[in-house]
Amino acid sequence: MEYLNIFFQEIYKIIFLVIPVLVSVAMIVWLDRRVWGLVQKRKGPNVVGPFGVLQSLADALKFIFKEIIIPASANKVIFILAPIVTMTLALVAWAVIPMSEIHVLADINVGILYLFAISSLSVYGIIMGGWASNSKYPFLGAIRSAAQMVSYEVSIGIIIINVLLCVGSLNLTDIVLAQKNIWFVIPLFPMFIIFFISALAETNRPPFDLPEAEAELVAGYQTEYSGMMYAMFWLGEYANILLMCALGTILFLGGWLPPIDIYPLNILPAPLWMILKILFLFFLFAITKAIVPRYRYDQLMRLGWKVFLPVSLSYVVLTASFLVYFELLPTKGS
Amino acid sequence: MIAHTIFFYFFSFIAIFSALMVITSRSTINSVFFLILDFISIGCLFIMVGAEFLGMILLIVYVGAVAVLFLFVVMMLNVAQQKQSWFIGKKSTHIPSGLIVGVLIFLELLVVIGGWKYKEGIASSSSIIINKDISNTHQLGNVMYTDYILYFQLSGIILLLSMIGAIVLTYRKRENLKRQNYFTQISREKSSSIEIKKVEFDKGVKIDD
Repeated sequence: MEYLNIFFQEIYKIIFLVIPVLVSVAMIVWLDRRVWGLVQKRKGPNVVGPFGVLQSLADALKFIFKEIIIPASANKVIFILAPIVTMTLALVAWAVIPMSEIHVLADINVGILYLFAISSLSVYGIIMGGWASNSKYPFLGAIRSAAQMVSYEVSIGIIIINVLLCVGSLNLTDIVLAQKNIWFVIPLFPMFIIFFISALAETNRPPFDLPEAEAELVAGYQTEYSGMMYAMFWLGEYANILLMCALGTILFLGGWLPPIDIYPLNILPAPLWMILKILFLFFLFAITKAIVPRYRYDQLMRLGWKVFLPVSLSYVVLTASFLVYFELLPTKGS
Repeated sequence: MIAHTIFFYFFSFIAIFSALMVITSRSTINSVFFLILDFISIGCLFIMVGAEFLGMILLIVYVGAVAVLFLFVVMMLNVAQQKQSWFIGKKSTHIPSGLIVGVLIFLELLVVIGGWKYKEGIASSSSIIINKDISNTHQLGNVMYTDYILYFQLSGIILLLSMIGAIVLTYRKRENLKRQNYFTQISREKSSSIEIKKVEFDKGVKIDD
C-alpha cells in the first residue's frame, strides 16, 4: 500500500511536470513564428485565438488527423521508433531541471551530467530517422546532424566544466545557489556567448540548421515523415530548445534567483523568474533565427573545432588558475 | 527494497537479452542498436549500485560518442544490406578458424580464472578511507587526483597517443586541391576583386591570367 502511495505521488508529480512542458512547447512554437514574422514585417500566425496563441493547437489537431505514411523501403521498426526516441529524450531531461529550490522532480547528485548525457543521446532520434527512411536526403541530413551535434557537444562539455570549477558540485540546485552573489554570466561572459552559439548548433537551430536545409536537403532527416510522427519530431526539437534555454539559465543566468535580492524584485515567485529567464533566452534564439543567414557546412565544423574548442579549453585554464591564485576554489557545498 | 530488486532484475534482464541480441541478430544495424541498449542498461545498473558518476560517464562517452561512430560506420558501409552468409556458404573457411580461436580463448580463460586466488586480506589492504558524508563523484575525484594521479595522467597520455596515431594514419596530403581560406574570403574588397575594363569593338578582353 505504501509503495502504491509513493508510486501515485510520483506519477502525479510527473504529470504536473510534463503537461506544462508540452503546453509551453506549443506556446513557444507560436512565439517563435510570431517573432520571426515581426522581424520580417509580417504579422505571423494571428488568427486562431487571441493573438493567434492557439495556432500550435490547431496545427497539432491537423497533424493528428493526417495519415501516417511509412515508405515501403523503410525499416519499419526503427522508422517508427525514431520520433518516439526524440520526443521521450526531450521530455525525460526535464526531470532534473529545478524551477525553484523546492520545485524539482529529481534532485540528483549528478544533475548536470544527466542533462549532458540525455542531450548527447538525442542525436539517436535523428540518426535513426534519417537512416530508416532509406532515402537520400534524410540520410545526408542525419549524417550532417550527427557530426554537428557530436562536435558541438564537446565545446558545451568544456563550458560546463568552466561553470563547475566555480561551483564545486554537479548538482543543479547547488549550481544555482552558487550564483547568489553574482551570476556566472558576468565573470564567464565569453563562455556564455559560446554556450549560446553551441546550443544553437546542438539543437539544429538556424543559422546552424544544416540538417534540414530546405534548399539542399528538402527537409533533412524528417523528409519521409508525415502526420503525428512529424509532429513528434517537431515537439521534441522544440522541447530540446527549451531545455537548452533552461540549461543556459541555470548555468549562467542564476536560475530562479532574482537579479538583486531587494524588495520589488524578490516578491515574484521563484519559478516565475526561472520562466522569465528561459523566455528571454528563447527570445534570443528566435531573433537569431530571424536575422542570421545559414552557415556553410565547412564553416560550421571549423567554428566548432578550431574556434570554440581551443577558446573554451584555454578559458578552463584561465578560470582554474584564477581560482587557485586568489584561493577562491569552492569547497563542497559553498 | 522490493522496488530495488524489481528494477535490478529489469535492467539486468534487458542487459543480458540485448547482449545476446548483439551477437545473434541478423542485420548489423540491429546489432548496433542492441549494443546501445546494452550500454544504457549497464549504465542504469551502475547508477543503481550508487556509482552514478560512472553510469553517467558511460552514457556520455560510450552511448553519446563511441556508439554514434559505430552507427556511422555501419550505415556508411551499408553492411545492413548484406546477409550473413558465413554459416550458409559451403566453402566457408571462417568456421574452423573461428572455432579454433574461440576454443583457445575459452581454455585460456579457464586456466586463468580457475587458478585465480585472492591475496589474503586484500579488502583491508586498501588504503583508501571512504567518507560516507560526501558524494560518490567527490570521493572519486579525491582519490583520482591524489593517490592515483600518475595512472590518471598515464591514461590521458595513452588517449592522446591514440588520437595522434589515428590522425597520422588517416591524414594524407592531397595535391591540386582548392582550399577555402576564410580570411581572404571575408576580407575581400571591391577594389581587389572588381576591375572595369574597356572592351574595344570586336576585340574582346583576355581575363584570368
